[in-house]
Amino acid sequence: MILNIFTDIHELLLGLMPENIVHITELVLIAVAYLGIFAILGLFLVWLERRIAAFFQFRLGPNRVGPMGLFQTVADALKLVSKELTGTEKADKFLYKIAPYFVITTALMSLSLIPFSYEIHAFDINIGLFFLTSVSSVGVLGIFLAGWASNNKYSLIGGMRTGIQMISYELSVGMAIVTMVVLAGTLQISEIVEIQKDGWLIYQGHIPAIIAFMIFMIAGTAESNRTPFDLVEAESELGAGFHTEYSGMNFAYYFLAEFVNLFLISSVAVILFFGGWLSPFGITDTIPFAGLFWFVIKVLGVIFIFMWFRWTFPRFRIDQLLTLEWKFLLPINMVNIVLMALMVWLGLTL
Amino acid sequence: MKEFLTDQLKTQEYFLNMGPQHPATHGVLRLLLKLDGEIVRNVDMDLGYIHRSIEKMCERASYKQIIHLTDRLDYLSAHMNNEAVCLLAEKALNIEVNDRIKIVRTIMDELTRISSHVLWWGVTGMDIGAITTFMYGFRERELINDIFEETCGTRLTMNYNVIGGLRYDIHENFVKRTKDVLKHLKKKLPEYDKLLTNNIIFQKRLMNVGVISGEDAIAYGLNGPTARGSGVSCDIRKTHPYSAYDMVDFEEAIFTEGDSFARYKVRIKEMWESISIIEQLIDKIPNDEYKVKTKAVIKLPVGDYLQRVEASRGDFGVYVKSNGQKFPERLKFRSPGFANLTALNKMAYGLKIADLVAILSTIDVVVPDIDR
Amino acid sequence: MSYFSDIINGTKTLLTGMRVTGGYFFVNFFTKRDVITQQYPNNIETLEMFDRFKGEVIMLHNENNEHRCDACTLCEKACPNGSIEILGDKAKDPETGKNKRFLVKHIYHLQMCTMCGLCIEACPVNAIDWGQDFHHVEYDRSLLTKVLNKPGSKIMSGIKG
Repeated sequence: MILNIFTDIHELLLGLMPENIVHITELVLIAVAYLGIFAILGLFLVWLERRIAAFFQFRLGPNRVGPMGLFQTVADALKLVSKELTGTEKADKFLYKIAPYFVITTALMSLSLIPFSYEIHAFDINIGLFFLTSVSSVGVLGIFLAGWASNNKYSLIGGMRTGIQMISYELSVGMAIVTMVVLAGTLQISEIVEIQKDGWLIYQGHIPAIIAFMIFMIAGTAESNRTPFDLVEAESELGAGFHTEYSGMNFAYYFLAEFVNLFLISSVAVILFFGGWLSPFGITDTIPFAGLFWFVIKVLGVIFIFMWFRWTFPRFRIDQLLTLEWKFLLPINMVNIVLMALMVWLGLTL
Repeated sequence: MKEFLTDQLKTQEYFLNMGPQHPATHGVLRLLLKLDGEIVRNVDMDLGYIHRSIEKMCERASYKQIIHLTDRLDYLSAHMNNEAVCLLAEKALNIEVNDRIKIVRTIMDELTRISSHVLWWGVTGMDIGAITTFMYGFRERELINDIFEETCGTRLTMNYNVIGGLRYDIHENFVKRTKDVLKHLKKKLPEYDKLLTNNIIFQKRLMNVGVISGEDAIAYGLNGPTARGSGVSCDIRKTHPYSAYDMVDFEEAIFTEGDSFARYKVRIKEMWESISIIEQLIDKIPNDEYKVKTKAVIKLPVGDYLQRVEASRGDFGVYVKSNGQKFPERLKFRSPGFANLTALNKMAYGLKIADLVAILSTIDVVVPDIDR
Repeated sequence: MSYFSDIINGTKTLLTGMRVTGGYFFVNFFTKRDVITQQYPNNIETLEMFDRFKGEVIMLHNENNEHRCDACTLCEKACPNGSIEILGDKAKDPETGKNKRFLVKHIYHLQMCTMCGLCIEACPVNAIDWGQDFHHVEYDRSLLTKVLNKPGSKIMSGIKG
């Protein structure tokens, strides 16, 4: 019944206008829907982080605006919208202004690849994962440009750290994904999920898959610039790092994009390891849109682990960060790929 | 090619202003860093942003009034600072205080030390990047502050010592509340080890960072936990016992590595020692007067006087030159933070900005103590 | 192989740390919630301070609007930072016929007070004491300057001037 909503809308539009215009209209509608998802997701995750941090730290967290402070972040966003956009005098104005858009555009583009359920999947191409990793690595440019263009030494140090960090950890994320792609045998996200109907990939690939998952979680934390890898912002060292000179909505873009990236990383983890929208043991696979529920639950679970990291660990130093990547994660990852390939070849997967 | 690189891609050192408003400088300390990329080449300290000329104010204040000004130096060891002035005046006037006063003063000292170190632990965690430690540190500190508030009336600037005793008698709940806090601390301090001390990231961040040898520590005049991390025995409580410290049995916390992690461990161990000192004394408070009668206007005899106490950051000294009048002719505070800060350049040379932050938090600077 | 034992031991220490914070999270989330922060200013009405709490200096009045201050200015002299100003005057005592000093205004500058308590200690007749009020918030600094003796109050009989 609900499944027909999309076809109903499609037919309704067909009755109003010619077919090619309907196509464009639908694209616009989907884009608007995803913008909405982007904003709500960002605001919700900021709220969630603050609430969860409060439980870790014996505090109450936001509790004044709306039930359980749900609208606190909305109020914060409204405040940021109304604020003046300031900047430094000798900043590279063009790059300074364009930098936040790199970050949100790439985050939005990556979001379109995420399947929320079997039915809600905007952009399903056969090189889905490849596209996702390449697009999300463009987002680093935004942070890098912000650090460079702000004409602030703290920002610059933050920007330089981003460059180093991203080049290193992009590799680990990529390798962990490749490990799982070897097992799945496809890059198309919907197919990867379909394969897991017999058992999630973390179960199918057992030992190498678990190692890949751990590496993915570590590298994913680094990718989303969260503690213990938040050297880019490093509050106690650099003040605010790359976004020191940003105010108002420009700052909010970075802030929202950071949390949307967190969602993206978690979604990829769920797709690759925990069966995407599939329910455990297929209990609700016949009900339409039930996938949305399972997907969100799983993603929130992974996000909680990221938050747990953040509220427990101290921060790395830049050289330790590189040591961890190049001396530990990368070699382990390479061995792991070979191991996975051997397993797939010998048919040892479950 | 090589010439091209050296000519065209010339790198240069640059200056970075860290502070006076910076999260890691704990107040208004300004550090002028000379950096090569992220590597610290020189640290210039610019002090005076919170200078309130307290020493000069003391020269226009009677001895009773001086005490409350010392609260505002190192506000985290307010009680020790008060005690230094009181002990000095009592020494000069030959006032003998009874055991009750001595023991209560010592217990208060050690409670202050714990509350200061607990706060330091939280802030160090936050400087290294673990934000949750800050709240955990405050959780314990609040309980200790409740003891202070109940007995002294204030939580931070206690102003509890007066010349010849204590301002009020201890509150009737004092003993029970202190015992409860000790019980709580004994349960929570092992957690600190689990959360931070044993954490591999934390250890890597502090170990072999900011190393200073014992000789250098003495040469720079370092004191307190900072020097004891380099293996220098300098605990005033041991070397020049005052109040009830000669009645108790405790160990001076000394580690010999001289790095930031050694300084960290010294403070953690000091908390355990403080707990043991309080436990030895808490049941021994005799029934006696809480205050010895003194004259309404206190005038120290002509002469020079010096009194040292072990504050939470080290050797706090008060020097008074008296000309027999109501006010001291000259008064000098020897604050531990100032001496400790001087070694920062030596410790941080060639390390990274992140290490500088770690060193700053392990030498535990309190800026009002440095600037006075 | 120290390489692998480093990885395993390192991971172990990280997991112990996570168990501490995670333990608190689950206790706070699923069972009784323990909050160590104060919900100021929502709890202004309910917050109870300790009886020795030094909130501000107040002058004690009895039910007949009488205080004990005889304007001797000892508190003014004891104050290290000039927070207390005493305006006194002299008038003929109707009983004895002698000139007697009486209090017109006991002015207290809360904005300068460091809560050292020397004035209260100096007072020979216990006319002033600590008040428990902790909520001293004003938009103007001058509003913190208070007159401690209530309007129309008189000195209690039996206090020597």
